[in-house]
Amino acid sequence: MATNVRTESEATNLTLPATSEEAIGLRDRPIILRLVSIALFAGIWEIAGRIPVSFAFPTFSDTIAAFFGLIADGSMPAAYLSTLQPLVLGVLLSTFLGVGIGIVCGLSRAGEWLLIPVFIVLQAAPVAAFIPLVTFVYGIGMTAKTIAVMILALPVIVLNTYKAVRNVNESLLVMCRSFLGTRWQTITRIILPDASPVIFAGLRLGVAAGFVGVVLAELLITPTGIGDLITFHRSRADYAEMYATIASIIALSTLTLVFLQWIEVRVFRPEKRGA
Amino acid sequence: MAVTALREKQSAVHTSVEAIVEVKGICKSYGNVEALRDIDLDFPRGKLTSLLGPSGCGKTTLLKIIAGLIGASAGSVTVDGKHVSGPGPERAFVFQDFALMPWATVLRNVAFGLELRGTGKTEREETARRYIAQVGLSGFEDKYPHELSGGMRQRVGLARALSVDAEVLLLDEPFSAVDEQNRRKFQEDLIRLRSKQNKTFIFVTHSIEEAVYISDRIVLLSPRPGRVSQVIEPDINRSGDPDRIHRDQHYLDTVEEIWQGLKQYVE
Repeated sequence: MATNVRTESEATNLTLPATSEEAIGLRDRPIILRLVSIALFAGIWEIAGRIPVSFAFPTFSDTIAAFFGLIADGSMPAAYLSTLQPLVLGVLLSTFLGVGIGIVCGLSRAGEWLLIPVFIVLQAAPVAAFIPLVTFVYGIGMTAKTIAVMILALPVIVLNTYKAVRNVNESLLVMCRSFLGTRWQTITRIILPDASPVIFAGLRLGVAAGFVGVVLAELLITPTGIGDLITFHRSRADYAEMYATIASIIALSTLTLVFLQWIEVRVFRPEKRGA
Repeated sequence: MAVTALREKQSAVHTSVEAIVEVKGICKSYGNVEALRDIDLDFPRGKLTSLLGPSGCGKTTLLKIIAGLIGASAGSVTVDGKHVSGPGPERAFVFQDFALMPWATVLRNVAFGLELRGTGKTEREETARRYIAQVGLSGFEDKYPHELSGGMRQRVGLARALSVDAEVLLLDEPFSAVDEQNRRKFQEDLIRLRSKQNKTFIFVTHSIEEAVYISDRIVLLSPRPGRVSQVIEPDINRSGDPDRIHRDQHYLDTVEEIWQGLKQYVE
């Protein structure tokens, strides 16, 4: 019954990329290259520490040893327990609130005029300067730290989402309308997936800013958690411990961003998998 | 020596088949610019009608008005006697730029019209697979649009329009973003596909050869403002080898006559 029209000739013109099984060589193995990159960085750090560049600059090996020391004596896990609560809460709130506000502003003119100027100002302002003010109003507890995370993370998430929704592919919108898509279907099946790369770019920036916010809050106002651990070891001139703490939060931030990218490709843009 | 059945607009209205799409007194202005003036047209059921004309003649605008994607300034469009005020299930559109979702596989793209209508997953995928096979894309169900050539992408667009089982298919310069070789192939396939489908096609093109090659009826539009200047019914037998049509004397004569008519509008 199916009238299979001839397309064999066209089909053979299709050049499929070589499958990963066939590809051999260092160039095609990103994992190995990444490990080499990390090893190179560690090596240079080790040499710089041994020269030494500064008496306050520990070697890579000392830092690693200090890292395990901090985990063994329980001070780092305790610090992370204290830091992660406002960080996770602040980042999650910023994500859902930010994407939500961004979508509303992207879809409605009123939302755009009411809210976008606020976030443009917030993004332009050196927000770290607000942190002492936040302490003044909210004290030195969880609330102040969570707000510090949010004032840094929220603007970039809102603005990216808003821009992504505003610049959605016009012809896909027309397509959805011509096939009788409802407003809700247009938002969930066209606008969100189409905007997701830019939304996720905003989320990555926002999450990174959230890490800045929490560390800043802990350094500037509430001597707790990771910020306190850094300050404490600096005051005792335990530079290896101080560097281990700093490196650990950088590593955590990086891993979070990688995880975010994984979610994006996995859930929203499957066509980018392996690309 | 009038070998092609070239008729004036008035006489062409008397087609033996009933009209499924009726366009009455359509005008469209964008500000001070008049895009279409007083268009009266009938599109007979089961036929392929081309809207042909130079750029600026409003052929795509007219198609989009029939699709309900843009509103007319005056006049009315009826499909099967029902007044058109927006997109409807009896019409399906094939887009010039394909309008495929890059994040969705061929299968989901083809099934998307049914997905929006709430058809169950198994049922809509079964339907989609059938039309993917009809347009010759079997085996590509799980590919993404960026893995396909332009010609194949438009086959996906055509399969999507076919799978919602609309009576009228509206094609907006579907081959203009497809390279020449694939376009020829696709045109042949469209002729073959049409003989199996009892659907009405309205086809916008700026290519005279393409219009004469595939159409039962050609509506010539003249530009600034867009008006119907002529309706032509090429008398070409398409039952045999599609390659033969390009050498057919009726085909060549019709192409030449249309070109002579259009020449004045090309600066």
